[in-house]
Amino acid sequence: MLVPLSWLKDFVTIDRPVAEVDRILTNAGLEVKTIEYIGIPGADLVWDRGLIVLGHILKVEQHPNADKLVLATVDYGADAPEVVVTGAPNLFEFVGQGDISSRGLYSPLALEGAELYDGHKDGRQKMKLKGRPLRGIHNRCMVCSEKELGISDEHEGIILITKDEWSPDYVAGTPLQDVLGDAVLEIDIIPNIARCASMLGVAREYAALTNQPLRLPDYHVVMDGPPVEGKVLITTDEPELNPRFVGMVINNVRQIDSPYWMQYRLRLAGQRPINVVVDISNYVMLEMGQPNHTFDYDFLRQRADQYAPDGPIHIHTRLPQPGETLTTLDEKVHKLPPHAILVTDPLSNLSLGGIMGGLDSEIKPETQNVLLEAAAWNFINIRRTSTTLGIHSDAAFRFSRGVHPSQALLGAQRAAELMRRLAGGTVAQGIVDYYPNPPQPTAVTLKYEYARRLSGLDLSGEAMAGLLRRLEFEVKVHGDHLIATVPDHRLDIEGPHDLVEEICRVYGYDNIPNTILSDPLPPQRGNPKLEQEERIKDVLAQAGLQELITFRLTSPLYEAKLLPGSEGDARPYVSLTNPNSAERAVMRHSLLASVLEIAAHNSRYQDRIAIFEIGPIFIEDEEEILPTEQTRLSLALTGQRGVPGWQGGNAGQYDFFDLKGILETLFGEVHLPISYEAAQHPTYRPGRTARLLLNGQQIGVMGELHPLVAERLDLRLERDQPVLAADIDLDALIPHIPPYYPYTPISPYPPIEEDLAVVVDGGVTAVTVEQTIRQAGGNLLKDVRLFDVYEGEQIGKGKRSLAYHLTFQATDKTLNDKAVAKQRQRIIAALAQRLNAKIRE
Amino acid sequence: MLDELETLYTESLAKLDQVDNTAVLETWYHDTLGRKGAVYLLTRQVGQMDPAIRPAFGKRLNEVKSDLQAAYDGRLATLKAAELEATIAGSALDVTLPGRPLPTGGLHIITQTLRDTYRIFGDMGFQVYRSPDVDTDANNFELLNFPPHHPAREMQDSFYTTKPDVILRTHTSAGQIRAMQEYYPEPVRVILPGMCYRNEQITTRSSIQFTQVEGLAVGHNISMADLKGTLTEFARRMFGANRQTRFRASYFPFTEPSAEMDITCFLCESKGCQVCKYTGWLEILGSGMVHPNVLRNGGYDPDVYTGFAFGMGPERIAMLKYGIDDIRQFWGNDLRFLQQF
Ligand SMILES: [Zn+2]
Repeated sequence: MLVPLSWLKDFVTIDRPVAEVDRILTNAGLEVKTIEYIGIPGADLVWDRGLIVLGHILKVEQHPNADKLVLATVDYGADAPEVVVTGAPNLFEFVGQGDISSRGLYSPLALEGAELYDGHKDGRQKMKLKGRPLRGIHNRCMVCSEKELGISDEHEGIILITKDEWSPDYVAGTPLQDVLGDAVLEIDIIPNIARCASMLGVAREYAALTNQPLRLPDYHVVMDGPPVEGKVLITTDEPELNPRFVGMVINNVRQIDSPYWMQYRLRLAGQRPINVVVDISNYVMLEMGQPNHTFDYDFLRQRADQYAPDGPIHIHTRLPQPGETLTTLDEKVHKLPPHAILVTDPLSNLSLGGIMGGLDSEIKPETQNVLLEAAAWNFINIRRTSTTLGIHSDAAFRFSRGVHPSQALLGAQRAAELMRRLAGGTVAQGIVDYYPNPPQPTAVTLKYEYARRLSGLDLSGEAMAGLLRRLEFEVKVHGDHLIATVPDHRLDIEGPHDLVEEICRVYGYDNIPNTILSDPLPPQRGNPKLEQEERIKDVLAQAGLQELITFRLTSPLYEAKLLPGSEGDARPYVSLTNPNSAERAVMRHSLLASVLEIAAHNSRYQDRIAIFEIGPIFIEDEEEILPTEQTRLSLALTGQRGVPGWQGGNAGQYDFFDLKGILETLFGEVHLPISYEAAQHPTYRPGRTARLLLNGQQIGVMGELHPLVAERLDLRLERDQPVLAADIDLDALIPHIPPYYPYTPISPYPPIEEDLAVVVDGGVTAVTVEQTIRQAGGNLLKDVRLFDVYEGEQIGKGKRSLAYHLTFQATDKTLNDKAVAKQRQRIIAALAQRLNAKIRE
Repeated sequence: MLDELETLYTESLAKLDQVDNTAVLETWYHDTLGRKGAVYLLTRQVGQMDPAIRPAFGKRLNEVKSDLQAAYDGRLATLKAAELEATIAGSALDVTLPGRPLPTGGLHIITQTLRDTYRIFGDMGFQVYRSPDVDTDANNFELLNFPPHHPAREMQDSFYTTKPDVILRTHTSAGQIRAMQEYYPEPVRVILPGMCYRNEQITTRSSIQFTQVEGLAVGHNISMADLKGTLTEFARRMFGANRQTRFRASYFPFTEPSAEMDITCFLCESKGCQVCKYTGWLEILGSGMVHPNVLRNGGYDPDVYTGFAFGMGPERIAMLKYGIDDIRQFWGNDLRFLQQF
């Protein structure tokens, strides 16, 4: 909301610098987003207080030597008036009228030396006013257009301000800064300060915060027209949705332009002036926050002649009938949702209550008689309706945040009186005020102990009461509590916590001390699962992998790319009803798919990709309300194993055993005995796929990505470049991570090391050979390390040689060759017996 | 014989003078003092000598032997030093050449930022509590005091799922209710990190997915002053010891009083810059005292218990700290981006 500071000054004294006003309002929750300065310090063009002043136009004469120029005699508070040569078209009508000083015409006058924007150049270019002859008459001053002052781009005529009974009291010679200079604050109206969505609302807050009195608008209305009684009847079906409806009739309004001061304020506040009737309606809404609406009275009367020739116009608010539509004044036809509240007469609907007027009943240029509506509406219902219909009018903005019904009568009175004053209307006697259930004022009890405990402020009951009274609460102070009656412009106070907030705000959040929690510490449980996840991340990062955090929204189509030869994952997805895009429409089933999506992206730029993520997947569960969220770990490796340096040396491409080495390192670090066995999985390349087992349970799959999958994911790869991937269930793994494990003593006795090459049939797996060696080797066999695998003619077709480095060591004595030889023989025997293995010498 | 010895002595010393590298020196040693060297050969002749001159000869022989040994040792030391010097002189590197690059890994910038918050709040007794990404409308809105059609809901455009009343959480505050219900009647001090979702246009400033860290403290005597103190402490540890904080009144349905916390801009030291929009302040988090309705929904009697809550965006913190200007980088996971942190 745009708030000209000058407008606030109607209601409260503001003598602090603008920056201080900004700070006071912002800290209290009326965040000032931007400040636009006009003519005053802070603006791009500051109007010199001595050189740019208000001038009173006394006389306008034709320039003797030029048809298109006139001579304006202007009083600017000096001893003698100044004659100004100007071509302003809006002065021509006064030529030959002699002394027009009684017309009260004022205009900004710039004296020689004043800095202004050049009205004849595009954009805003500054110039200094110099005296010069214009067609033979020396001119040293200028009456100014809005463009020259930086108010707008208007340069058709000069600013002409009329002084009358209802305008400000203009005085010739006043520095223009004090007349049109301003600072416009853009204030963010958050939902709980809806009461501040007006100049009065902001002023009221400022008055409370600075402990100053508030000056209310003049709500008095002179009603001297014919009585309204019997002419308008107001009823409703929905007192909950439309608790109040005030109607007033104003006759003989003239739809002229509104006075400059009103137009100027409206424009500063972001409204386009239309004509005096529309402008007053907007002005009152901006001024005191009560939206109102004007109907064409004669139009309504003609309709009444059809349904009640002798009766009153019958305004009735109700919900729509099935299929009912309404054409709003912006000529859009709306299908009405069942909760939309309508202002109607017995023939049809007239307007969308609280949101927008209807086209037919709207005032027209020739309208002279007006039915003025100021009503109260249920804010949630207005919000629903305006959201459903997509209408975001200024009225809806306010009504959807809540306007207290007490304001409706005041708003109607204020608007009617302004129509009398500024549009020449006559206000009919009497006000039709349909207000069946005026709410009782809300009274809230606040215990001091609670207020002190919640705020941390050690304030007396009197002090609290004082702070609340500044916000117009009526407060009664009792022994250990106070009772505060909520002022009738507020809807947001429900309980004692609301009062504490108001106390803190007025006291100033910055004045509340900063303390350290002294309340007892809750039991410290840590978060064991998170801690293990973070530990796994550390191990993988140290192993050279980069952690990712990816989008958890994906599409079934993308994930299906990982499952060639099938329709995709058959398990149900968590699906969005309002996705942002088709690519992000469901919660993922596969973390690996997310990781590979990133691998594909990076494959355009990177020679080496080594990445992982720990994160959830989401499996919809038809039995339960919420899906199952499982924590997964996915890894992907591809490309160069090393980073090439200037010394060259190609470390080769990542392969299956790089990934396996990383996994073995990880599981070693967390002390989990994971075993691997050959497996089949559609995502992975047949023959290069393993499942990971923990205590016989599968906890994940690893392997080389199926070349088809790599292609479908659009990974940019070299020929035969493998992509390695693994996907592991951390929920199955983390609970088994031992909190501690036994330490292995370091033997002081020397080890004996031997090599053993074993030839087995190709079908015998490495893990079987190693297990056999370990079992037969007994306690003395400390370590078994495979150092060579050989296949070739030397050892026979279909055979494989596995060479192991064996370490024998005792913890209590030095081993001799004899003891080791015995162990070695047992190992050889076991290999021969169980695996039909032969020893290669 | 003695002459022979003296000749050997003089000649050997002379030869030693000529030796200019350790290899030749070893040959000299072999020929002179070695097991079959000249000195040894003379020693062997001592037995056949006239016993009268034998003692004198023997004495002189030992003198010669030890002199030669000393001369050899000296020569060896000199030559070795010279050779080492030559080796070093010839093996200088261009120390400005780049080192051998290591393939390095790392943690995502958001993980690093989250860990900072875990550590700082952990020191103040806050433990990490996680709750699901997909949650009920009740936990995300209603129990947090957002009635249906409440204006505050409009501030957060939700993603709805095909199951009625199941949404993607719009904030980690959804976990507040779960934490309270789980821990009642114990006091609560938790931080709730996690991924949140809002149906917004994807731009450099907003994403459909973002992380949040929420904090919640509930106890018998927790005040707005405690909230200010705790969060100021956090701000100083996170952003530097001389940070000042400012608390502004604000609005969140689930807290009252509510406050936004700003910190003095650490990029310009509050002189005013583009990032702080020349205000000298940076908006860091939203906070407030837990609304009585929320306490009640969590099982805690608001007449007996009070509490505070706060929420912040790790992406915003990282963006401010590192000058990142595009929020899409966080989930784009371009390695050229991630590996800078
Ligand atoms: Zn700054």
